[in-house]
Amino acid sequence: MKPAPFTYHRARDVAGAIDLVAELGPDAKYIAGGQSLVAMMNFRLARPSHLVDLGGLWSELAHVRRDGDSVRIGALTTHHEVETAGLGLLSEAMEWIGHLPIRTRGTAGGSLAHGDATAEWCLLALLLDAEIIVQGPEGRRTIPAAELFLGFFTTTLEPEEIILEIVFPRSGRRAALTEFAERRGDFATVVAAVDLETSAVVLGGVAPAPVRVPEAEAVLASGGSFADCAEAAAAAIDPPGDANGSAEYRRVLTRTLVARACEEAQS
Amino acid sequence: MTERRGTWVGSSVGRREDPRLLTGQGRFVDDIHLPQMLHAQFVRSTIAAGTVVSIDLSATLAVPGVVAAYTAADLDMGDITAILDRPASEFVQTDMPVLARDRVRYVGEPLAIVLAEDPYAVEDGLEAARVTYDADAPVVSDEVAMAPGAPLVHEAATGNVLVDVSMFATEGIDRIIDEAPCVVRVRAKTGRQNALPLETRGVVASWDARDEQLLVQTCTQVPHQVRTVMAGCLGLAERSVRVLVPDMGGGFGLKCVVGREEIAVGAACLKAGRPVKWIEDRRDALTASFLAREQRYDVRAAFDGDGRLLALDADIVCDMGAYSCYPFTAGIEPLMASAELPGVYKVPAYRVRGRAVTTNKAPTAPYRGVSRPQIVMVMERLFERAARELDMDPVEIRRRNLITEFPYTGINDVTYDPGSYLESLDLCERVLKDEGWYERRGAARSSGRFIGIGYSCFSERTGYGSAAFAKRKMAVVPGFDMAEIRMDLSGGVTVTTGTMSHGQSHETTLAQIVADRLGLDIAEVKIHQGDTDRITYGFGTFASRSATIGGSAVARAATALGERLLALGAHLLETTYDNVELDARRVRRRDDGRALSFEELADVAYLKAHLLPKDAEPGLTASATFDVHGDGTFSNAAHGAVVELHPGTGQIEILRYVCVEDCGVAINPQVVEGQARGGIAQGIAGALFEEITYDEQGEPSCASFIDYKVPTAGEIPDISVHHLETPCAFTESGAKGAGEGGTIGAPAAVLNAVNDALRPTGVELDDTPIRPETVQRALATIGVFA
Repeated sequence: MKPAPFTYHRARDVAGAIDLVAELGPDAKYIAGGQSLVAMMNFRLARPSHLVDLGGLWSELAHVRRDGDSVRIGALTTHHEVETAGLGLLSEAMEWIGHLPIRTRGTAGGSLAHGDATAEWCLLALLLDAEIIVQGPEGRRTIPAAELFLGFFTTTLEPEEIILEIVFPRSGRRAALTEFAERRGDFATVVAAVDLETSAVVLGGVAPAPVRVPEAEAVLASGGSFADCAEAAAAAIDPPGDANGSAEYRRVLTRTLVARACEEAQS
Repeated sequence: MTERRGTWVGSSVGRREDPRLLTGQGRFVDDIHLPQMLHAQFVRSTIAAGTVVSIDLSATLAVPGVVAAYTAADLDMGDITAILDRPASEFVQTDMPVLARDRVRYVGEPLAIVLAEDPYAVEDGLEAARVTYDADAPVVSDEVAMAPGAPLVHEAATGNVLVDVSMFATEGIDRIIDEAPCVVRVRAKTGRQNALPLETRGVVASWDARDEQLLVQTCTQVPHQVRTVMAGCLGLAERSVRVLVPDMGGGFGLKCVVGREEIAVGAACLKAGRPVKWIEDRRDALTASFLAREQRYDVRAAFDGDGRLLALDADIVCDMGAYSCYPFTAGIEPLMASAELPGVYKVPAYRVRGRAVTTNKAPTAPYRGVSRPQIVMVMERLFERAARELDMDPVEIRRRNLITEFPYTGINDVTYDPGSYLESLDLCERVLKDEGWYERRGAARSSGRFIGIGYSCFSERTGYGSAAFAKRKMAVVPGFDMAEIRMDLSGGVTVTTGTMSHGQSHETTLAQIVADRLGLDIAEVKIHQGDTDRITYGFGTFASRSATIGGSAVARAATALGERLLALGAHLLETTYDNVELDARRVRRRDDGRALSFEELADVAYLKAHLLPKDAEPGLTASATFDVHGDGTFSNAAHGAVVELHPGTGQIEILRYVCVEDCGVAINPQVVEGQARGGIAQGIAGALFEEITYDEQGEPSCASFIDYKVPTAGEIPDISVHHLETPCAFTESGAKGAGEGGTIGAPAAVLNAVNDALRPTGVELDDTPIRPETVQRALATIGVFA
């Protein structure tokens, strides 16, 4: 459980980091908090030849800025910094992420770039229609969260692109995220998030990427009950089965967690 | 016998180990750095069964930083052999090569050792190794192993059975069962687990040219047994090997057997001529070290109409994996289960067959409790089931069957010393009743919630002496232990023990025993352990033997030193032996109170030997041994668990956990409580969380803690521990062992509580671990979802 050989580079600014990765080619990878990447490297499941460390760019990339009900979160902001920033749903949802040591190192941008189907940041971005501001060799662009996640640990980010900032247009005042795992801090078997203001329902752990569930959203939008919404969500999905639970069990969890998220969002 | 409880024994003095361990000043194997030291890892089999066609290490040797790579052919090593003195019909010997030669028998089996200048290069070297195999169909379960025509894991083991012992068979038992008014049956399977010490295994081996010794610094519970196997496998004299054990981060039994990697590191050190360090990583620790606990039970119990047990008929199969471990053999689990199944209950008729089967999985070692978590679970399930059949209260049916008169010799030919079986159960039930849990369960049921209460009631044999292990017919019979004590010129003592703390606070508890015997402060008692050069022999620490056997040896050595001090004092105070006593670090005349301090006595013993009595030896040293001649001493406990099941997720929430334990005189109650709590956490882990499964190719399912679900503080409830005290009559301190009880009682209590909560569904669960999905499905059978 030691990584394959790689060369370490420390970025001095965003532009320099992008130039460096572009120059080093496809075997180069950015590293932020490293809470997923380093573990994968130790198992040699990931073996980049070059790591470009963004850790020193906190003055450019770590911040929480409120503008009315919208929030801009710098990509290098740690989960723990968000947890303690008093941001309502965003802060509360951070408590589900791993354990305290992980939350003090892992970053918002890193989590989105990793694209785990059960990652809280990915669900929150989808739920609240976040915009992901990224920079690459061609300059800046904005990716709507709905267009970020492609599939199993894959996103529409180009290899040289760095996430700069996540812009949440609203804080989710009537929204909630809840999940179930056998142990506290585990990756969720199923995670559900609901926003009653916009009738958004998002699930993780039921597909290769986090997904919105239009069938369940339609129930909320038409004033249906939470139970019906949960039932619709469970019926709409085609979840995988694995050691953490069969497809049928994931459907049960979906029903339970969507209903629970609705209740919590309302209270 | 001397007064048992003194100034120190019975007191919760703070652990003397803690200041260094909690401030990062402990010294573990991985903290050892020697000049020129190489780092080792192992090329391991990627298939579960087959023949090795070739091992090509040329690319490995070309990796920058790699210094050497050896296969079995490069190192002259004997096999590790564990033997039971039983006929071939009962035991099949299977030798474990240090590195696999031709056959591989599990994924992770070591094939070659690679040495490199740093721990990163060595893994690059592993990756470059090219091994080709001729793969066979693996045997991945006990059922596959015993099926007719199954492939053989070892040629010698027909039907893949390594141990097959029918230990007891009461005449006429079939008739008793046939005629009994109530017969219940439990078929249960328990998951394969890893004992999971926080510190993985690790070794640093170096050759000491001055001492002409191979110095093996390793984290083992059994230093002398590592020495014996190392010397045997490498063809060295025992005196040419010194095993030194630094601080340890747990063992739980996984480190009370000799690992093949330990031997390979010693051999590689000699071959390379440089010190070699091996630190096991977590993936290897989870999949390729030693596992435990995968067992299958089919047990029937016959009762009369009043709930009195009439007969017990058991068939026990333990999946021991690919090899027998040293020194216990593959018999460790089935023989323990067969001998101890009747437990705390009066069983008039008993029949048992215990088998160890071999499969293409990592081998097994003892794990805290050894089979007793399972047998207690099975017995307690039988009582619960019988109570339902007979419409009796589940606690009352136990009361009617508990052993209450001691000493009691059971149907299993074991004599139980006095305990508090009934009292502990009564107290446990009273605590839960007083706290209102029965009312809460009732209220929950009537409002559609699922709360259940479960108990377990058990005793645990501790202090297995030579006689008890000889009954098992082990070729190596652990049992006695040794202690040496010396007083220095400062008037304090250094005590050396053959036991080996891997977290149990022996530096504190053994010092408490000695301090009382000599009237010293524990700060004046230094405990030495884990050095084969310092003490003649010892069997280390396992099977809850250290407080009972090691503690008694230490107490006897201290008493012997006290006698020497008294004799010397009497001489110097010009009086008789009967007229002096030990008092506050002095020898004092009873008549006139004149006294000499320990310093004054030591001054004479070492520096003014001409003043000694004519026949007296200089110096102040003593040694002692202790063994248990009977069946050992039985700690006991009752556990009570309250759980709530959540229908929407199947989550099993433990609302309350109560343990009433009796380990005789608790040398240090705080340490005993720590043992109980840690043990209960591991028991809960087995009941609800941990399991290593294998796919059809024999590939283990767990490579990290993502998949191997060791519970965290978040899953373990507050546990309250209550003490009863039935002193042991024959250990020097009155103590019984306290190391394993928590682990033994927890699975049964939790399982019973879950089944109690499931009562409205009619579903009963007997297999562990119980996963939330299983509970969810059970609740869904009556249409409850959220």
